[in-house]
Amino acid sequence: MDLDSQEQILKLSELHGPSQLTVIIGAPDPEAAEITAETVVRGDPSYAGALAGAQLGLDVYHVLDESISSDVPSDVWEAQIGVMADVLEADALVAAVAGMREPPSEPS
Amino acid sequence: MAELKKDPVVVAATQVLAHVPGMARHGSKPSRELPRDPAVEAEFLGSLRSFDEAVAYPPHQAFVGAIHPRALPARPWTDTPPGQASRWAPGGEVMPEEEFLGLLASVDTAGLLTLGADLAERALGALGDHPLAKHFALGQLERATGDVEAAADGVAACPIHVGAGPMEASLRAGDDVDQSLTGAVLLENLAAKATATLALLHLLDKEQIDPASVDYVIGCGEEAVGDRYQRGGGNLAKAVAEAAGLSEASGMDVKDFCAAPIPALVVAASLVKAGVFRRVAVVAGGSLAKLGMKFQGHLRNRLPVLEDVLGGAAALVEGDDGASPTLRLDAVGRHRVAAGGSAPQIMESLAMEPLVRLGLTTTDIDDFATELHNPEITEPQGSGNVPERNYKTLAALAARRGDISRDEIASFVESRGMPGFAPTQGHLASGLCYLPHALDRLKSGDATRSMIIAKGSLFLGRMSQLSDGMSVVLERNRQ
Amino acid sequence: MLENRYVIALGERDGISGPAIAACAEAAGAKVVFVSTECFV
Repeated sequence: MDLDSQEQILKLSELHGPSQLTVIIGAPDPEAAEITAETVVRGDPSYAGALAGAQLGLDVYHVLDESISSDVPSDVWEAQIGVMADVLEADALVAAVAGMREPPSEPS
Repeated sequence: MAELKKDPVVVAATQVLAHVPGMARHGSKPSRELPRDPAVEAEFLGSLRSFDEAVAYPPHQAFVGAIHPRALPARPWTDTPPGQASRWAPGGEVMPEEEFLGLLASVDTAGLLTLGADLAERALGALGDHPLAKHFALGQLERATGDVEAAADGVAACPIHVGAGPMEASLRAGDDVDQSLTGAVLLENLAAKATATLALLHLLDKEQIDPASVDYVIGCGEEAVGDRYQRGGGNLAKAVAEAAGLSEASGMDVKDFCAAPIPALVVAASLVKAGVFRRVAVVAGGSLAKLGMKFQGHLRNRLPVLEDVLGGAAALVEGDDGASPTLRLDAVGRHRVAAGGSAPQIMESLAMEPLVRLGLTTTDIDDFATELHNPEITEPQGSGNVPERNYKTLAALAARRGDISRDEIASFVESRGMPGFAPTQGHLASGLCYLPHALDRLKSGDATRSMIIAKGSLFLGRMSQLSDGMSVVLERNRQ
Repeated sequence: MLENRYVIALGERDGISGPAIAACAEAAGAKVVFVSTECFV
């Protein structure tokens, strides 16, 4: 994730408290979506940015997740997302981000 | 009311590549990552392609115009054995690195590049045999020959290697303290100048154009070119015009992030139609900063460093000649401020709205060219297949408008789209790379209309959350 | 679910952009506190 974004997210997390924040991701590729989610939940995996080692555990969703889309008025959804919901592989994207909301499995 | 004058035509377009594996380390990403870890640097240098591999790489053959992108073989393209393909294409070429370093010296008007004696001799020999040799300032190579070690010791100098070999050249900074004139920045600018010049020289040669007949050159590459007081000063175009011997031309650059080539074409055509200039060239050099941008994904997937080429492109616009494809100035699509920034809104603005204006539908366009980034480069780094997503969006919108049925979406993508084949230098991928193919198909193939759609990520400059884009329709000449 | 939540919109140019996510979140009653769009090509 962009280093500036990481700094901003860290600041916002300190300002509002991590439990008050919801992160919504728009990445088109499951791998990229997962890394973005990982960064705001478990910390920057590349150890390059402000979120390195920061386990903020933020609430995170892909924008195509039904729990987001069901909250958005349909006219707004149509204008802003529209056909992209069909073009992108929604299930894989939603699952990639949902996986990061689960606690990490214990190392064996 | 008098009939409006006919729209201008695009007479020719050429494209070149310079294979520069040694310079790949100066791409923005490698230049930050390699110094952090000697093991990564060693793996990077051990994963560079040979010239023959780069020439044989099918997307490169498509880029220089030897094959149409729809004729590309099945992937993986990296498995193509070297030795079958030629570096030369009609109107284009893939230039090897040491020759290209000689070309850099020949366009280095500031005399900042130093070539080692051995490299200078090899480059001079190779460039002397080049079909465009008489257009190169080969005397500059002799003047550039000198002590590379000493030159590399200078403040903010940039060492230059041929492939994974030792340092054989160095570019001095233009100023000891100006961050806009460091050796590394000037190498980006000089490489852009050289690739654009090479493409323009090929165009003039192929079409037998008198260099003095070109009135104006519009640059649309990615380099800003300037000094600390004006970092984006620009007008690399005029430097290219000078280097290519266009004695009567002046020029300017059009900036619009990766979308710039299409506005440049539209401005060129508008100047011609308005009668301001008769003949305008549009040029773009390669983007050195983008080299090796996704190398980590490539190494992770045991692929070579695939971003090891610099592209160059040139096109010529003039009044209707009764034969060349017409650039429809009444069908320019632009992304208005109020249009919204979602992908479907952008595609509506750029692709659908101009067609509605012409009374056409999406199926009246034979070829759509949009963001033709090579997916073999982007996928290993988790960026997916960019052109495929664009075509799916376009097809979904076409289906929604009723131009096609829902079960025709896949065939729409297949027949009117194409695989990405451009290096990840956004301005080249953003439609410009298809121009030579579009002209071929509209002149001697069976296409009637091509639409080229360019997009640019303005938000990266932090001055707006907006992106931009522009589209043009090229049409078979009606005469 | 988003009503009165502080939302961070991390868009991608080639997928769903930051402003598009922000427009959706705002329409759902969220307070959007950060919007970015990344571009990987």
